[in-house]
Amino acid sequence: MPTKHTIVALVENKPGVLNRMASLFRRRGFNIESIAVGLSETPDLSRVTIVVDGATTMVEQVRKQLAKVIDVVRVSDISDTDLVARELALIKVKASSVTRSEIMQIVDIFRANIIDVGTDSVTVEVTGDEDKINSLFNLLRGFGIRELARTGRIAMTRGGSNSLREKEAPKTHTRKPKT
Amino acid sequence: MKMTGAQIICESLVREGVDIVFGILGGAVLPFYDTLPQFPQLHHILVRHEQGAAHAADGYARATGKVGVCFATSGPGATNLVTGIANAYLDSAPMVAITGQVARPFIGKDAFQEVDITGITLPITKHNYLVLEASSLAKTVKEAFYLARTGRPGPILIDVPRDVFIEEAEFHYPSKIDLPSYKPTLEGHPAQIKKAVKLIDEAQRPVIIAGRGVSISGAYTELKQLVETAQIPMVTTLLGIGSFPESHILNFGMLGMHGMAYANMAVDAADVIIAIGMRFDDRATGRVSGFAPNARIIHIDIDPAEIGKNVRVDVPIVGDVKAVLKELNKLVAPTERIKWVQQLEDWRKEHPITEDSHSAGLLPQYIVHQIYQMTKGDATIVTGVGQHQMWAAQHYWYDKPNRFISSGGLGTMGFGLPAAIGAKIGCPDSTVWLIDGDGSFQMTIQELATIAQENVAVKIAIFNNGYLGMVRQWQELFYGKRYVATSLTCPDYVKIAEGYCIPGVRVTRREEVIPAIAQAMAASGPFLIDFLVEPEENVFPMVPPGASLIEFIERPRNMVKALSDSAKLPVSNI
Ligand SMILES: Cc1ncc(C[n+]2csc(CCOP(=O)(O)OP(=O)(O)O)c2C)c(N)n1
Ligand SMILES: [Mg+2]
Repeated sequence: MPTKHTIVALVENKPGVLNRMASLFRRRGFNIESIAVGLSETPDLSRVTIVVDGATTMVEQVRKQLAKVIDVVRVSDISDTDLVARELALIKVKASSVTRSEIMQIVDIFRANIIDVGTDSVTVEVTGDEDKINSLFNLLRGFGIRELARTGRIAMTRGGSNSLREKEAPKTHTRKPKT
Repeated sequence: MKMTGAQIICESLVREGVDIVFGILGGAVLPFYDTLPQFPQLHHILVRHEQGAAHAADGYARATGKVGVCFATSGPGATNLVTGIANAYLDSAPMVAITGQVARPFIGKDAFQEVDITGITLPITKHNYLVLEASSLAKTVKEAFYLARTGRPGPILIDVPRDVFIEEAEFHYPSKIDLPSYKPTLEGHPAQIKKAVKLIDEAQRPVIIAGRGVSISGAYTELKQLVETAQIPMVTTLLGIGSFPESHILNFGMLGMHGMAYANMAVDAADVIIAIGMRFDDRATGRVSGFAPNARIIHIDIDPAEIGKNVRVDVPIVGDVKAVLKELNKLVAPTERIKWVQQLEDWRKEHPITEDSHSAGLLPQYIVHQIYQMTKGDATIVTGVGQHQMWAAQHYWYDKPNRFISSGGLGTMGFGLPAAIGAKIGCPDSTVWLIDGDGSFQMTIQELATIAQENVAVKIAIFNNGYLGMVRQWQELFYGKRYVATSLTCPDYVKIAEGYCIPGVRVTRREEVIPAIAQAMAASGPFLIDFLVEPEENVFPMVPPGASLIEFIERPRNMVKALSDSAKLPVSNI
């Protein structure tokens, strides 16, 4: 059964790494819903969050194939763990003097922010999980959407441990010392 | 000490123990070639097409177990390598390809002979590099060789801009590898090994499938011990041939599309499959849903991504085959499986490999047989791709590893001749025979010039059936005998050889086979035999595309002439 999986990876911050990952998704026919890349807590490593929609065996292949890329330092499928996930969206909505206050009310309910106001539009910033962003988007749609930009999900496990360090997901089994 | 980029590469190659390199030069690599004479340890073999350089490096690597090295210039030189790199990638052959690139200021400008070769080879290399300063060359070469030969081996490409060859930098060869993201698992997980042992001990009808990973990891003695201790019949994949003596009583030959009937029957009837260093290629498994329907599967492989990729696996063991088998052998109980082995023996008798009894022509199986007899089973056989490849796999018995060198995963016609050159240069004391198809041979025929220039003593047997035979066979069996674009008008290969000063003969009848082979063996250098074989002989058995292994078709009964296994030479010791 296809379900959404959240895969996080630490990768070398080198030119071409994203290309290597993207090339792999394309070649093996993995359908990626979103991919978000940015700095991590370690200077030379970037953190990538990938959302894949697919059967568990397929997602397992995604994880293993990613782990094989030499510049990928660690990969983990954190879907089954207790995690916090957020996405950021910017939504530019048509707004007249008549509709503006109504839009502001909706924005308030969602604890979103208006970060720019034009003569006939406002730009809304919202953070949350995908459902929250979808709901807000659907409500604002009636006013007329000019532009939408979403970052894709970023995520980490709850609690003190590092999603990629202490728990799970070394690339393979750890090597047993010889006795 | 300060050195130029070119000198750094050469010195690094020498430190990696390289003595043979294959390539063709051009503008972007001229400064590099200019420094080669300063390093007499590096013998450069000039090929006639870069595809030949890559295949030769690949053949060299497979025959010796060392990393094969090839060079090409930027642009067309680099793109000509692509088939050879892909071939090495699919068959996990260790290779380092070094390509020239346009000078740094020109990169990204569509300069003359600029091509994004790191982009192009991304999905067909284990890793690749574009090196932008001479100071990182030594580290890059070191890493490249390490990556190429460790874990699951594969090709690595290093792209070097022209001006980086000239740039000077301090030479410092790193003593250690620092690759935090690359740590292949070598030892199998003990709990998994225990599970596997339990399955094996309880199995009634176990079968081992050995792949190329066995020879890559050098696990012959470990495999032999497992097979003999637990009396487990074994079969091999195409590239697993030679990982276990083929004349051994418990070796039931190759499985798959053109595998032995009894090998496929064994896999079909098995209750436990122990898959070792193989990757369940569709040519080996047949229709996956019908593969080993009654078996639980133990899969041992160094590449975790291979596990569960094509076939569901019950007991995965990630690790180096040799290390894992060592541990298994400590625990597996000695067992007798008289009934099961007898069953397979019966199948072997009922479904022998055959040739066409009706044909008065020269049969390819007979030729392979004679080469086997006359080389006492001790030659290295290199092949092209097609029917002749399958006959070379079926009718020669390989008792030693790395003696059957063939393009498995990519199925690259044209692999044979350059790979044979690489194999012979890598192992000058071994007898190397190229068994090639007339179609395959013509794809890299220009490498005859390389053979002549370097006097490489390869013995060439062309199975000249005037067809792209394997495709013709498919047209005969599955396309209503409509032979579209498979008939070949062939040149006079003996004359062609003569043009390169390579002696050769043509053979049209059975009686001429043995004398011709003898003549080839007596020649001190290369020799070519053009065998005009029966044009429409087919490879049997055959599992039709989309069918499962057990649905193999055999030669029509009335046309069968069994080729007796008694022709096998006695088991040699490895
Ligand atoms: C480069 C390449 N092109 C096409 C094919 C498809 N193909 C597979 S076998 C074959 C025929 C090979 O003919 P030949 O070398 O004469 O061998 P034969 O089957 O006649 O023994 C072809 C065209 C291939 N494997 N490789
Ligand atoms: Mg042919």
